[in-house]
Parts: sequence; structure tokens; C-alpha cells
Amino acid sequence: MSDYNFAYLDEQTKRMIRRAILKALAIPGYQVPFASREMPMPYGWGTGGVQLTAACLVPDDRLKVIDQGADDTTNAVSIRAFFQRTAGVAVTTATTQATVIQTRHRIPETPLTDGQILIYQVPIPEPLRFLEPRETETRRMHALEEYGLMHVKLYEDIARHGQIATSYAYPVKVEGRYVMDPSPIPKFDNPKLSDNPAIQLFGAGREQRIYALPPWTQVVSLDFDDHPFVASKADHACDLCGARDSYLDEVVTDDVGSRMFVCSDTDHCTTRRDAGHTGRLAEVAA
Amino acid sequence: MTALTGGFADPAIQSAQGFRVLMQAMARPGTIHDLALAVPPAPLGRAAGTVALLLADPTTPLHLAQGHDAIRDWLAFHAGCPLVGPDRAALALGRWDDLLPLDRFAIGLPDYPDRSATLIVALDRLEAQGARLTGPGIRDQVSLSLPDIAPFRANRALFPMGLDFILTCGDRIACLPRSTVVEDA
Ligand SMILES: [Zn+2]
Repeated sequence: MSDYNFAYLDEQTKRMIRRAILKALAIPGYQVPFASREMPMPYGWGTGGVQLTAACLVPDDRLKVIDQGADDTTNAVSIRAFFQRTAGVAVTTATTQATVIQTRHRIPETPLTDGQILIYQVPIPEPLRFLEPRETETRRMHALEEYGLMHVKLYEDIARHGQIATSYAYPVKVEGRYVMDPSPIPKFDNPKLSDNPAIQLFGAGREQRIYALPPWTQVVSLDFDDHPFVASKADHACDLCGARDSYLDEVVTDDVGSRMFVCSDTDHCTTRRDAGHTGRLAEVAA
Repeated sequence: MTALTGGFADPAIQSAQGFRVLMQAMARPGTIHDLALAVPPAPLGRAAGTVALLLADPTTPLHLAQGHDAIRDWLAFHAGCPLVGPDRAALALGRWDDLLPLDRFAIGLPDYPDRSATLIVALDRLEAQGARLTGPGIRDQVSLSLPDIAPFRANRALFPMGLDFILTCGDRIACLPRSTVVEDA
């Protein structure tokens, strides 16, 4: 390992990222600019999250990496191997055993605990981007708390679809101040953002932004009195473990269109099945 | 003790371990943590010296309050940060009384509130009693001995602009970011 920088990045880069993390924690929900570095992987692989993880890891960490809830995708496996090699950390798939969790598009079903760090990969950090492409303008809107357009956009959803159609990256307000993009997690996960005992860090590599939620921060999904926010999911139980309260993926199982619903969080599903819980198709799948 | 000794023996690993403590402290305002990885010359305490080495480098102008001239060379050797007046400082280091008045430091801009100074404060006392702290990172409330109340309340009133404080005493630190609401006990 002595031939490498610890966790790949050089000391001055990690120091710069660490200073940005402290500012992000001091101003919850505000996007701190940082000088993103080239990483030995494409931007779509979550280089913002990877740089945050590199700046946070210590040698005795146990790292979990999930991609849409799964530990075994190419993306998750590669990032895990990268930090095993460059930082010498232990890895795990068990949410309860992890000290640092890097995630793309999900919050684990198992409640996080005091001392854990959840690091999100973020493609587009600016929640106002699709309303106003100019960054000078979106910064001004955040400074003046001009969030009316965001409400108008959500209300147009209601007018057009009878409900708020946004189901991923559903915007939130942090401690009554900054509107924040929670990354493309399903809105089912939004309630877990709030009052969470873990530190939550968000990194956008291409867009060069870091933002954060300290533990126990109040996070509210934007909504209306007559159309309150609902953390919806598919109205099924998991076909493998029978869970009724976890976020489900719909999977086509054969070429005649048979389908099944399974937990998107593979650790959650496996843990439940190991404990003896079964779903509708548990026998078939086994 | 010379300017050349007392830095991190294993910079990459100790910086990582030290930052983790500092991050937990900033994420949980008012909680007290041990952090003593560097050994700076007197009068600077080990926690304050460690924080300085974790954050300062040639890209971060630092204001060294009076009474700390003895560590000028130590900082130059181990951090390489330019020493500047309060108005240009990204970091400031010194005893509480020597850092006053606080309105000399940058509080950031409305569009860029992160462009503000972080003050590393040396205190004679740091205990979990005294002022009542609430806000992000604090589940219910915590108590922390503070050198004063009014300056921290005035700083909170500037939110989302404002200063962030890393309070140190000997080998211990506690953080007080701008988001924390401070009240008399
Ligand atoms: Zn399941």
C-alpha cells in the first residue's frame, strides 16, 4: 500500500474535500463547491461519492457499497474493491456491520445508527436546475429563499396527473431553510432523511458539489395542505421474504412476462430470509 | 521542541483519523472529543495544533492571533499556510480574547455562505455544562461551557452566513457551527 496515496487521493486534495465537508455540515442542505478530481472510473459511477468516501475513510472502517440497494452490481463491487486496495479497509454487505456506506439511489431499510456515515452519489445536486439552468440565478434563489417556482412545478404535476408525479429525487427542505435534492432515491426513502442518527453526506463529482445533513436534522418533503406528501411504494409484499414495508423492484422472470416483486435492498431481503421469513415465490426462487 | 518536530508522524493515516474525530464533532455540535495527534510548541495545545494541521495548507490563509508568535515557524513548516490579517483569513487560531472582535472575520456571502472563516479557539476550560445548545446535529439539547453567549447568538442570527468555531482546551475539542442556537443555561 505504500506505493499508493491512502484512499487514492493525495493529502492536499483530501484536505480540501474535508474542509468542504465541515462547511457542508455547518450549513445543512447548502451546496458547497469543491474542486472535483479525476478518479479512475467514469462520472456515472459516482465519483462525487467516491471522493467523499476517500476523504472520510480510516484504516479500521468497514465499508458497504450499494447500487440501487444491491451490493453485487458491477458498480458496487468495483468501488468496494477500489477502497479495499487503496485504503486497506474491511468490507461488508451487512448494513448493521458497516461504519461507512456509499450508496447510489437508495437508503438502506435497516435503520442507521449513531456513528455510521451514509455517503450518496449525486448526479444533479441542484433541485432548481430544471426550472432555471443558470447557476448564478439558482444561487440567488437559494440566497433569497425564492422557492415559489418549485411549488408551482409540483402543483402543475397535481393539475396534470391528479397527484405529484415526481417519484425520485423528490425535493426536500432542510431545517426550514435550504431546498435540497436528496439524489435519485425513491420518494419512499424521503422520510428516512429526517431525524437520522447517521451523518449523511452528498457528493456530485461532475457538478463539483458537496452537501450534508448532520444527525437529527429536520428534513421535510415539499407538499401542499390538500396534497400531502406520501412515501409510496408498490402495493405488494416481497415475493422472496414477504416484507410489506420495504421498497420493491419489479422483476420480469421469464420470456412470457411473469413478474415478481423483490426487495430492492438485497441485504434486508437476505437477512429476513435467513431469519425464516418467506414470500409468495420463496420456494420457486430457491 | 523545535519547529521541525511535533507534526503528524504518519500524515496520511493520522490526518484521516483526526478528520474523522473533527467531522463527528462538527456534525454533533457541543459534544466533546479527544484529539491530540500533533505536539505543537507552547502555548498552543495539542488539540488546537492537530486541528490546524488537519485543515491548514498553502491554499488556506490563516490569521494567527497575538500571543502565538512562538508557533509561527511550526505552522510554516508543517502546514505552509500564508499568515494574514483577520479580514482575509479562511482559518484563525488563537485564544478567545485575542480573536475578538469577531466582526473582523469573513462571514461568507449570501450566494456563497461557505466563504467564511473557521476559528480555532484556545480555551482554558471546555466542559459539558453551561450554555444550552440546540439545532442540527443535536438530538435534544447539549450543554457546553462557552467563554461568552452574546457573540455566538449574534453569529447564529447571520445564518446561513456566519463563522464556525472549533473550540479547544488541551487535548479536547468541541464544535459550534453557525447553525447552533445558543441560550443561557
Ligand atoms: Zn424481500
